Amino acid sequence: MRDIIDKLEERRVQARCGGGEQRIAAQHKRGKLTARERIELLLDAGSFEEFDMFVQHRCTDFGMDKGDKIPGDGVVTGWGTVNGRTVFVFSKDFTVFGGSLSETHAQKITKIQDMAVKMRAPIVGIFDAGGARIQEGVAALGGYGEVFRRNVIASGVIPQISVIMGPCAGGDVYSPAMTDFIFMVRDTSYMFVTGPDVVKTVTNETVTAEDLGGARVHTTKSSVADGAYENDVEALLQMRRLIDFLPANNLDGVPEWPSHDVPNRVDMSLDTLIPDNPNKPYDIKELILKVVDEGDFFEIQATYAANIVTGFARVEGRTVGIVANQPMVLAGVLDADASRKAARFVRFCDAFGIPIVTFVDVPGFLPGTAQEYGGLIKHGAKLLFAYSEATVPLVTIITRKAFGGAYDVMASKHTGADVNYAWPSAQIAVMGAKGAVEIIFRADLGDPEKIAARTKEYEDRFMSPFVAAERGYIDDVIMPHSTRKRIARALAMLRHKEAERPWRKHDNIPL
Amino acid sequence: MFTKILIANRGEIACRVIKTARRMGIRTVAVYSDADRDALHVEMADEAVHIGPAPAAQSYLVIDRIVEACRSTGAQAVHPGYGFLSEREAFADALKAAGIVFIGPNPKAIAAMGDKIESKKAAAAANVSTVPGFLGVIESPEHAVTIADEIGYPVMIKASAGGGGKGMRIAHSSAEVAEGFARAKSEAASSFGDDRVFVEKFIVDPRHIEIQVLGDKHGNVVYLGERECSIQRRNQKVIEEAPSPLLDEATRRKMGEQAVALARAVNYDSAGTVEFVAGQDRSFYFLEMNTRLQVEHPVTEMITGIDLVEEMIRVAAGEKLRFSQDDVKLNGWAVESRIYAEDPTRNFLPSTGRLVAYRPPEEGADGAAVIRNDTGVTEGGEISIYYDPMIAKLVTHAPSRAEAIAAQARALDAFAIDGIRHNIPFLSALMAHPRWQGGKLSTGFIAEEFPDGFAMPEPQGEARLRMAAVAVAIDHLLNARKRQISGQMREPDAVRFASERVVAIGGGAIDATVSELDEGPVIHLKDAGQEHVLPVISSWRPGDRVWHGTVGGARATMQVRPILNGVRLDHAGASVEARVYTALEARLMALMPEKTSADTGKHLLCPMPGLVKSIAVVEGQEVKAGEALCIVEAMKMENVLRAERDATVAKLLAKEGDSLPLDAVIMEFK
Repeated sequence: MRDIIDKLEERRVQARCGGGEQRIAAQHKRGKLTARERIELLLDAGSFEEFDMFVQHRCTDFGMDKGDKIPGDGVVTGWGTVNGRTVFVFSKDFTVFGGSLSETHAQKITKIQDMAVKMRAPIVGIFDAGGARIQEGVAALGGYGEVFRRNVIASGVIPQISVIMGPCAGGDVYSPAMTDFIFMVRDTSYMFVTGPDVVKTVTNETVTAEDLGGARVHTTKSSVADGAYENDVEALLQMRRLIDFLPANNLDGVPEWPSHDVPNRVDMSLDTLIPDNPNKPYDIKELILKVVDEGDFFEIQATYAANIVTGFARVEGRTVGIVANQPMVLAGVLDADASRKAARFVRFCDAFGIPIVTFVDVPGFLPGTAQEYGGLIKHGAKLLFAYSEATVPLVTIITRKAFGGAYDVMASKHTGADVNYAWPSAQIAVMGAKGAVEIIFRADLGDPEKIAARTKEYEDRFMSPFVAAERGYIDDVIMPHSTRKRIARALAMLRHKEAERPWRKHDNIPL
Repeated sequence: MFTKILIANRGEIACRVIKTARRMGIRTVAVYSDADRDALHVEMADEAVHIGPAPAAQSYLVIDRIVEACRSTGAQAVHPGYGFLSEREAFADALKAAGIVFIGPNPKAIAAMGDKIESKKAAAAANVSTVPGFLGVIESPEHAVTIADEIGYPVMIKASAGGGGKGMRIAHSSAEVAEGFARAKSEAASSFGDDRVFVEKFIVDPRHIEIQVLGDKHGNVVYLGERECSIQRRNQKVIEEAPSPLLDEATRRKMGEQAVALARAVNYDSAGTVEFVAGQDRSFYFLEMNTRLQVEHPVTEMITGIDLVEEMIRVAAGEKLRFSQDDVKLNGWAVESRIYAEDPTRNFLPSTGRLVAYRPPEEGADGAAVIRNDTGVTEGGEISIYYDPMIAKLVTHAPSRAEAIAAQARALDAFAIDGIRHNIPFLSALMAHPRWQGGKLSTGFIAEEFPDGFAMPEPQGEARLRMAAVAVAIDHLLNARKRQISGQMREPDAVRFASERVVAIGGGAIDATVSELDEGPVIHLKDAGQEHVLPVISSWRPGDRVWHGTVGGARATMQVRPILNGVRLDHAGASVEARVYTALEARLMALMPEKTSADTGKHLLCPMPGLVKSIAVVEGQEVKAGEALCIVEAMKMENVLRAERDATVAKLLAKEGDSLPLDAVIMEFK
């Protein structure tokens, strides 16, 4: 018996070696960690249980039957815990066949995907691979399809997170693309459907992998990625932090831990957050950091469409999603990019039962041909749709401007928000006073004195929260310094909110 | 006694005067500009009067507005604070004409002493020792050069109407005199509305020591000891103390008696300050007399127990001084740090913006020491471009100089300001500086000790270990909470957190293990083969900005800012990022490549929000390192931006009159 046991250990050691010491050293030299090292960082120490360690490919073409058959077949899969909570994980092993996807490789992933859905636990995929295993041809493509289909089945049931830590190209990009979040590592990861060589052949465009699909591109231009980190360790430690915010699935509700922050903490400095000059910006993140527990905020897509801020925080130890217009960037205007970014975030929160707190200071939608040609109507509609279909608790605070259609969009009472508060500085109106007067009193346009008087009149009447409050569109006008307390109480009251919707197969959000 | 007074000032000094008035049962009236609508002094006063737009020239400096504010509120007297109208003879006259009492010296005394040239003549007449120089009005750069040549170099060019170092220049050659004369004249004109300047000998390695005097309308004058203000940067005082570590009893008396003699000579009848420049040999020369309450007056108040504002109000109301020279006793040592909104790591460029966090240390007793913080702002307030960038004056008083310095260092550690750049790190570094601690001062201290400017140092020795221990304790606390997250699997072994840790602190690493006692964790550190056992006790909780507690039994205070996967800690004049890793994380972190930040050498970036006054170069021009490229004005100060290396200007992206934010690209180089 002893020698059989020894044999097992021998095979394990061999499997854990992946592509061998040389390849591991090469991986390290590129500033990247191995598949197993990454899993060890992601999961609690000693909690990882590996599945399918001994799986090997079954390809016999192009000499694949002659070379070494490396156990594991380019992907490490299994499960473990993050701060005690179950998480499934697969991690592509670049040291084994470049992490390329074979039929068996795909089977290892789909096994884990199936288990994650069955166990209603999050799944994290770590990508660092060379695409399909070309020697296998269509078998690899079939494998991709199986993975994609499971990504879709799992969507909205369990959180799916993709971390790109090396090359991710061709068929490999679509599994991450269908997960909830994509994070990248700067300088060592890139993602694209077709690489620089193909681009050169087809369009004669010369571009580097970094400029085509590096972390900077995807976090600032394409919005494909939700965040980027300097290196593997930093990224994986932040994934642990993110998982602490996320529900395990769409039924369990948000995780909770004891907060060291007081729910009724007042912050007098918020009373002066809004500048006297209505055209002067202020940083909405100051409000977010001062209102949420311990100033702890995990921002999603921080560098893309920064005119709207999205991310996770906690109130009384329970996760909330934050959506906020950012007056510091483009005056906080809603454009196509901001609408799409926020819509996707709102839908994630709604799918997983995460209450949403919305801070509104929006001067309207961004005018212009670029926006209209780019389909602002339908992109703006996505955010409107996302808020309107949401059944999670919705708490909205209007800090300053809430103008025009953008007022309706930003979690207004009319689209189904539960508790709507306004600061005394709020201005809820169809547009700014100047624009309004120029339309209503067009006849007086030649008379600056009259126009000034009309403008003043309009400002006095509409540039306040009270017209909306008189109609009940605003539940209360609150002191800025008590914002945390009011949000905490509203969320506590909404804890057991039930909102029924008529049966349908699914909605038809304007994609 | 008055029943209502108006304070013709803003900021900390207005608040400070209001406090004393309130204690004396006198009602107070504040005045404010558009920029100060929500300011603390407005909130503290019983009444407040709006006096105009933000620029001081249209509000705080408009005499008629202040007089009108007195009339409309029925204020019987005006305290001018310092700066603004405090030393304007015209203001004192205008108040007199309106039948309002000026809480300050009589207009004649202001006239005699306020003008630096007149004051020197008066001082010489009163047998006060003076510095060689030319006391007349200087007409032209050529004239200035002739005079400077006569006196001998180095010389100092100063604004006649100036104070606090504004419009002051040192010149080592005739060329520098010619250049400095024009600049000093224009700065004098813009700052004081009076472009007269004068020239005098510059004393090498000097110390700045000043005598506080106090007189009444009945001919009594006393001196209240000295203050040393040698720690200056560009002639702007940074740290002041009382008494001076230089003086002995005999010199103190000599300086005091000369100061009193001068005050008597001009019938001085309020609080005033006679400034001397002192040599290291305790020789001293009269510099100027400030006919107002001085910024640094609190250090005198702390060691004498006399409230100078109260005495000013009493003598202004005609009361006799309540004490004689013999009653004045100096008790202990006081140190004051001026906290400025300026970035010490960027050549002290002014910083403006919102005070996202403003948490001064608690005032009152701190062991044997006492902490006092004179401030005019609150959290959420605004540091605007319109006024002086001073945020607060932090004063500590203790039986000895060493204790006062230690208390000041602790208080600075506990002083949290976010949203703007400020000089607290620099002040902390000064407090830890051996030469300062040894009292070997001169006005060149900062230029000599920080010749290349100030860079935030990484902690060394015990401070480093303390910071590492606190980082581990914080990490331990956060881990303990993670163990309580809902939805954990039931396992035979609950989630295990390794007790073995590695603290990555600055560039180095320290091994750490944690054991738990009832009162808090005990941190075992192993650093370069040495073991240290440091129990950490603190009530700090996540989200707290300042960490108070004991490390290894010794009190420690540090500032905590969360960063990605760790904390930034500021303590004892040092700042460091600390990340607490498990052994595995540390091992893998060591494999990660070091990244260098992108090259900004090809651009001239605007170092502060400001206005482009002029651009000295054109596209295609070759510039040498050190050559002036453009002038950016912020907070009324002109900042010359110079080439850091030889280069060719490729493109100008800003023009004269542009208002630029921080880090805006002004020009590109090839």
